[in-house]
Amino acid sequence: MIPSSPLLPDQASDVARSVDHLMLFALSGLVVFSALIAILVLVFMVKYRRRGDDEVGIDVYETNPKSHVLELVWSVIPLGLLLVLFGWGTKVFFDQNRPPAGAAQYWVTGRQWMWKIQHPDGRREINELHVPVDRAVQLRMISEDVIHDFFVPAFRIHVDVLPTRYTTYWFKANRTGTFHLFCGQYCGVEHSKMVGHVIVMEPRAYEAWLAGEKTGPSAIASGEELFVAKSCNTCHRPDSSARAPILNGVFGTQVSLNDGTKALVNEDYIRESILNPAAKVVAGYQPVMPTFKGQISEEELIQLVNYVKSLKAASVTTAEAGK
Amino acid sequence: MTPAAAATPAPGATNPDGSPRTHYLNAAYGLKSWLLTRDHKRIALLYLVSISVFFALGGLMAVLIRLELVTPEGDLFQPDIYNRLFTMHGVLMIFFFLIPGIPAVLGNFLIPLMIGARDLAFPRINLLSWYLYSIGGLFTLWALLHGGVDTGWTFYTPLSTNYVNTSVLTVGVGIFIAGFSSILTGLNFVVTIHRMRAPGMTWFRLPLFVWGHYATSLIQILGTPVVAIAILLVAAERTLHIGVFDPKLGGDPILFQHLFWFYSHPAVYIMILPSMGVVSELVATFSRKPIFGYKFVAFASIGIAVLGFLVWGHHMFVAGQSIYAGVIFSVLSMLVAVPSAIKVFNWTATLYKGSISWDTPMLYALGFIGLFTIGGLTGVMLATLGIDAHVHDTYFIIAHFHYIMVGGAIMGYLGGLHFWWPKITGRMYPLFWSKLSALVIFIGFNVTFFPQFILGYLGMPRRYHSYPPEFQVLNVMSSAGATVLGLGYLMPLVYFIWSMRYGPKAPPNPWGATGLEWQTTSPPPVENFLTQPIVTAPPYTYPAPKRTPEVTVGV
Repeated sequence: MIPSSPLLPDQASDVARSVDHLMLFALSGLVVFSALIAILVLVFMVKYRRRGDDEVGIDVYETNPKSHVLELVWSVIPLGLLLVLFGWGTKVFFDQNRPPAGAAQYWVTGRQWMWKIQHPDGRREINELHVPVDRAVQLRMISEDVIHDFFVPAFRIHVDVLPTRYTTYWFKANRTGTFHLFCGQYCGVEHSKMVGHVIVMEPRAYEAWLAGEKTGPSAIASGEELFVAKSCNTCHRPDSSARAPILNGVFGTQVSLNDGTKALVNEDYIRESILNPAAKVVAGYQPVMPTFKGQISEEELIQLVNYVKSLKAASVTTAEAGK
Repeated sequence: MTPAAAATPAPGATNPDGSPRTHYLNAAYGLKSWLLTRDHKRIALLYLVSISVFFALGGLMAVLIRLELVTPEGDLFQPDIYNRLFTMHGVLMIFFFLIPGIPAVLGNFLIPLMIGARDLAFPRINLLSWYLYSIGGLFTLWALLHGGVDTGWTFYTPLSTNYVNTSVLTVGVGIFIAGFSSILTGLNFVVTIHRMRAPGMTWFRLPLFVWGHYATSLIQILGTPVVAIAILLVAAERTLHIGVFDPKLGGDPILFQHLFWFYSHPAVYIMILPSMGVVSELVATFSRKPIFGYKFVAFASIGIAVLGFLVWGHHMFVAGQSIYAGVIFSVLSMLVAVPSAIKVFNWTATLYKGSISWDTPMLYALGFIGLFTIGGLTGVMLATLGIDAHVHDTYFIIAHFHYIMVGGAIMGYLGGLHFWWPKITGRMYPLFWSKLSALVIFIGFNVTFFPQFILGYLGMPRRYHSYPPEFQVLNVMSSAGATVLGLGYLMPLVYFIWSMRYGPKAPPNPWGATGLEWQTTSPPPVENFLTQPIVTAPPYTYPAPKRTPEVTVGV
């Protein structure tokens, strides 16, 4: 199932191709410079081999005024090439790390020693990620314990999965196939078993796969249930901001905080506000919210984040209508 | 180590050739004369024995690692055992062999000789350094016997603070104590180089070996305390549950990576700068001409030491650090490649119009240049953000840093050992076998580690106990190469020990070198020089003087 080539791993995205081109450029630099040094060393070794016990070398540095020019030349040329490599590498790195707008949102939870994956429609899987081809996919990742790392060689990008905040990984597969998924950061005893596959499918096959499997409620729906079950809705009411801020439409906006600073309401802010509510309290409110640290799993947090994210401004009844 | 002769020669007695009978090796006998010595030369030999033990142990673990990786399934060891093997391999090799390595053995022995001093500035502190190193080593060995540690030598949090039950604390204490040995050695070198140079030994007459060690000492003094702090914080979190790194206790695991790499990246330069110093000596001596661009090579060492402190973030490009921080660390890492390139070009240019002999130390030096060039250029690839994001924490990294640390640092160390062995022991080793060892090590090294570059680009992650079957061919090649490499390392061990008793006696200056250390007898007298040397010429001025210009200082 997994085709192997002798020198290059599978290339399954446009970004992967650009990484290979960059590598080829760097490699040709390596070959040229190594060959230059090796040839010079070998030629000199033979040409200037010692021919008598009393023979000494000729110091050309002090006698030749061009020596300093030579030093300058072999400092500046490598510096120039290094800066080219730096610029090119940085451009590729930005491509590797900045997802295009409208990428499909998947969620990944890492733990010793498995990957748990949640699709936009609520479908979940373990150690396997099915995705449609030619579609930009963004993974928002969190760890339940130690640092892990999401690594798919076919996409040529690693991203660490942290226990402190969400990190993101994106790719747009340009061919179907099954590709290795590795944990790329040493994470304990069974690190080398924290592996799986990314399975890239034709869109129609992907739809069929989704339809053919039992699908739970979507992350938003699960989050809505939790929002009620954990009694979030008793204070975060859509119709009154007496005790806690209204959450509708708040995602993606800047809010003013008690200490006079501002914060962007994003996934990390929502997660932090559930686990450590006193950290960034919205201006005008008391830090009365209890912490949910230790009472809620990362997957439940993901569902709540999804739910809060889905709350549109003025859609007053999303939570109420459910009851 | 001591010759078999039972009695200490009478003071002032001479050999038939006129050299004094008494030298530092036979001036006193008995265990006490070694364990309480303040002679930098004897302390260097104490280090030589200790670091060789750790090199052998670390090497043994490498053998077991390569054995496990011959097959894709993890079938030789349980995963927790395998994890301990690569962790202890890293800890022993880095903290107890490579970092003390050249400075504590060759630097200790040679810096006073090279600058025309009687000893280091603080002989007692020098001995203390060795004891601290040994106590740290014993802690680590004790931990090894009690199950070892399985966090990886990088001790990443929160894995190391909250998720493993192995001997993290004991090994941490071992490294902490050994760190003070490193700091004190660095301090001793800096003071010695500043204050104890012979008359006429100006800064720009210092051998480049001394410049390399000066730069290294700065890193040891400034960097080591930071890793000591990191270890203390890990200990505080493990024992007292003070939340520093573990998010469950309110800490930040990335903070540990910053503290750790702030030392551990410059630590790579602790390993390589002394080795570069050795290679400068070898290239000049065996070409019989001054190093091309002496000042460029000297300042390149300082440049590497300074820039080396500003690049730690390139270990964290994919660790969740801001991508803009990545950009800064990437460009700074590119800059550190420039002084390294300058050195390589200058060594190569030194060969031009030289009078080059193909002696064993020179073969090692050339091996260094080749392997360091590849190690350095692959390092440039890793400093490139777009490439690192793919090969980070794969076998590409493993191959790269072994090219630097083993191909670079150990080739330089062995080259230096072969160069100064006649001075240290007063004996020559067999020429044929030593040349063969350089060749075998060079070939074995490349067969071991070159396939790992390809493995890494193919995507094989490091620290994997089992791996997908398509990676097997390259792994088998690597393991086969490791066998050759292991045999290569055994050869010097055998003939060096052999030479101490059976090797032909070495003259004071067997290579026709110019350094002050070659102007005294082999092995040197306890006080290094019978008369105070006076320096009147730049280093590497050939032909070498038969005797250094010297005056007798009023005794």
